[in-house]
Amino acid sequence: MGAMREAAATRQDGPEAAPAPAGPPILDAAGVSRRFGAVVALRDASLRVARGEVVALMGANGAGKSTFVKILTGALKPDTGRIRLAGREVRLTSPAAARRAGLVPVYQEPALIPDLDVGDNLRLTRTPSGPFLHWAAELGLGAVRLDARAGALPLATLRVLDLARALAAEPDLLVLDEMTAALPTDLVDRVLSVVRAQADAGRAVIYISHRFAEIARLCDRATILRDGTTVGDLPIAPGVEEQAVELMLGGRLSAPAALATRASPAASGPPRLRVRNLAAAPKLAGLSFDLRPGEVLGVVALEGQGQDELFEILGGLRRPEAGRIEVDGRPRAFRHPADAIAAGLALVPGDRADALLSVRSVRENLALPALARPRAWGPIAMRREAEAVSRTIARLQIDTRAQGEARRLSGGNQQKVTIGRWLTGAPPRIFLLLDPTRGIDVRTKRQIYALVRDLASEGVAVLFYTSELPEVPQTCDRVIVLFGGRVVDALPAAEADEPRLMRAAYGLTEGEGGADRAREAAP
Amino acid sequence: MTAAAASPSPLARAARLLRDNPVIALLALLLLLVGVLEILRPGIVNERWIGNTIRFAIPLAMLAACQTLTMLTGGIDLSAGSVATVAAFVAATQAPLIGPEAAMLVALGPALLVGLANGVGVGLCRVHPLIMTLATGLIAVGALQVYQRGVIATGSAVPPLLGWLGTGRSWGVPHALVLFVPFAALLLWAERRTGFGRLLYAVGANERAARLAGVRVWGVHLALYALSGLIAGLAGLLYLGVIRAPSLSLAEPLLLPSVAAAVIGGTSIFGGRGGYAGTIVGALILTVLGTLLTMLQMPEGGRRILFGLIILVVTAAYLRLTDRG
Repeated sequence: MGAMREAAATRQDGPEAAPAPAGPPILDAAGVSRRFGAVVALRDASLRVARGEVVALMGANGAGKSTFVKILTGALKPDTGRIRLAGREVRLTSPAAARRAGLVPVYQEPALIPDLDVGDNLRLTRTPSGPFLHWAAELGLGAVRLDARAGALPLATLRVLDLARALAAEPDLLVLDEMTAALPTDLVDRVLSVVRAQADAGRAVIYISHRFAEIARLCDRATILRDGTTVGDLPIAPGVEEQAVELMLGGRLSAPAALATRASPAASGPPRLRVRNLAAAPKLAGLSFDLRPGEVLGVVALEGQGQDELFEILGGLRRPEAGRIEVDGRPRAFRHPADAIAAGLALVPGDRADALLSVRSVRENLALPALARPRAWGPIAMRREAEAVSRTIARLQIDTRAQGEARRLSGGNQQKVTIGRWLTGAPPRIFLLLDPTRGIDVRTKRQIYALVRDLASEGVAVLFYTSELPEVPQTCDRVIVLFGGRVVDALPAAEADEPRLMRAAYGLTEGEGGADRAREAAP
Repeated sequence: MTAAAASPSPLARAARLLRDNPVIALLALLLLLVGVLEILRPGIVNERWIGNTIRFAIPLAMLAACQTLTMLTGGIDLSAGSVATVAAFVAATQAPLIGPEAAMLVALGPALLVGLANGVGVGLCRVHPLIMTLATGLIAVGALQVYQRGVIATGSAVPPLLGWLGTGRSWGVPHALVLFVPFAALLLWAERRTGFGRLLYAVGANERAARLAGVRVWGVHLALYALSGLIAGLAGLLYLGVIRAPSLSLAEPLLLPSVAAAVIGGTSIFGGRGGYAGTIVGALILTVLGTLLTMLQMPEGGRRILFGLIILVVTAAYLRLTDRG
């Protein structure tokens, strides 16, 4: 966090970055509320943004950020409240109306239609290709082919193209919702500087992110939501993150230090999972490591270094071209997720949408693995199931106010459901967690870390990929770094400071004995 | 994010009640239609009329069970009409040769066979259910025409049990209920309280998620379409008892209404949502609607136009009611 304070300090251009907007307000929303059935998502949200400003919208998951943004961009209608754009009260009845009013969003999920090529996607929104290509280049994507099918492009590229398309529309107010969540660091830098330049040119930006460091670098102010209400408006200044966390969490949280307590020391004994020379072109090029019972092995890598393929192979979704997988000394080959599950491996995928039965209840979601085998096709022991499900709900502290349909839960609670389904029956012997805290609020993140440690102390072996480096020392016993489909570094988590992990993730450790250590990871 | 405020308006409360129990809205619509009928023709709604309506609604409701179950997984069974016809025709033509009981059993053979073929196509070869079942339905009817040439001399007979079920009545209660009540009860129980029923919803809600949870989705499809074939066969046998005259297109006219009954009943064609309770009411609504339109003495064309419009309006209203927010 030290670097962040510096960054925050350098952003203090004006004499006082006061909560009062500097320029004329471009957006002024007040008293906005919205209810979904029984759930009040927004109670009294307000937000002011002036020309020349980047304003962060912050809040724990379920605080109402996404709902608020959807209302501001015309995708949802508010129940009450008023929205003024450049002084005039407006009703944003559709995303197109918001766009015409100069308000352009980039949402969490890629917006390009996967089956169309990039050029056709531009025509859909009548985006001129010249400015689009200019912004794509500006954002660090050198050669964008307009005839490339959107679905064939990597996720990070898609996110940047979404932003380029939004910029090409020359918005007065740009709304970025977790824009950088899936981006590698170099692209994040480009995005941040381009976005800053937008504001400096007299436009305005609303920026939503779970990464304090980015907010500190980029934003002038932060508006904080808690339980659907705007509870604060802070100028970005050194030390502001403590205040922001306090406001977001409302003092409901234990101190961060309590988290670092480690239940079990590094585990010992023969490996539960042994992976040798695993290969699958083009991403995996001979990957080896061991995972012991009771151990949490962190996996760190930049986007596209083979981590997705590794987890898919171990989860039974994909077959390797070469290499060995041994579970408790027995060689295994998985043709279907059911095979992996039978061998004791359970996968929580990186994208919640891949694991959630969004229109079914929390109970049906949690009970799903127990019913998967044909042996369980008969009558369900309803009482036993209800008990098992409520135990899981209690253990993971799942908020069940909207349990009728999983899609009505907040993102953090949805993630708890996708994790909790593997703990409703007997826990897996090897738990594969692929970026389980992506796009999730601080409180849920901490609950997930605690759960992972808890499982490890019960003897579960956990493979834990994370895109957030500070999670590594908090949660893991050891960490391996992947680069180009290989393990390039392996170290105890206690030594895993961010600069070292970052260097390894960029492939910069080879000459310094990193490769030797990587070999030690798999003796 | 707290629970609903203290005093929701009565309207909102009613809307919530309807959303949680969509069948109530459908039942209200059914009663409304019956009321309109009684106003147009006072005295028509009597025990006999109710018995007849139920008698005709049951084969439709059984065929609509095929659509409901397959639609829960995001599929459809367009072969159900052909399969029902095949089963009925085979039963009627085999009865003089091998006896009525054996003929009914034999008739379920091709029904199961078509269902298994659908299951293999959808589950293992990943053919879209619409295409797969359309094709097997055509093939089944074609095969039936070939078969007809072979049995043309033997004549046909409706097995007495089917006649008893299809047209019989005791104390005003149609005998078809003897078959249908246990059938419906079993299905309603199975869709909620068995692992297989849950998996239908799971596969329809998110097939990838089901697979990740260890479900071998092809197995579910295979069992589902085989079951759907069997149910269609049963529906065909019962319908033979109602109509009492086998033909090469006996149950064909029930196919599209069977899809409509499931949709009106609130089962999503995209999968994951709905259930058989709504379908039963949907089948009753369609049957009463048919009577009503006949009664209006409209020309056939106008009747069809009105029928189509009503299906659209009911479905749209229903979706609005149950899927707000």
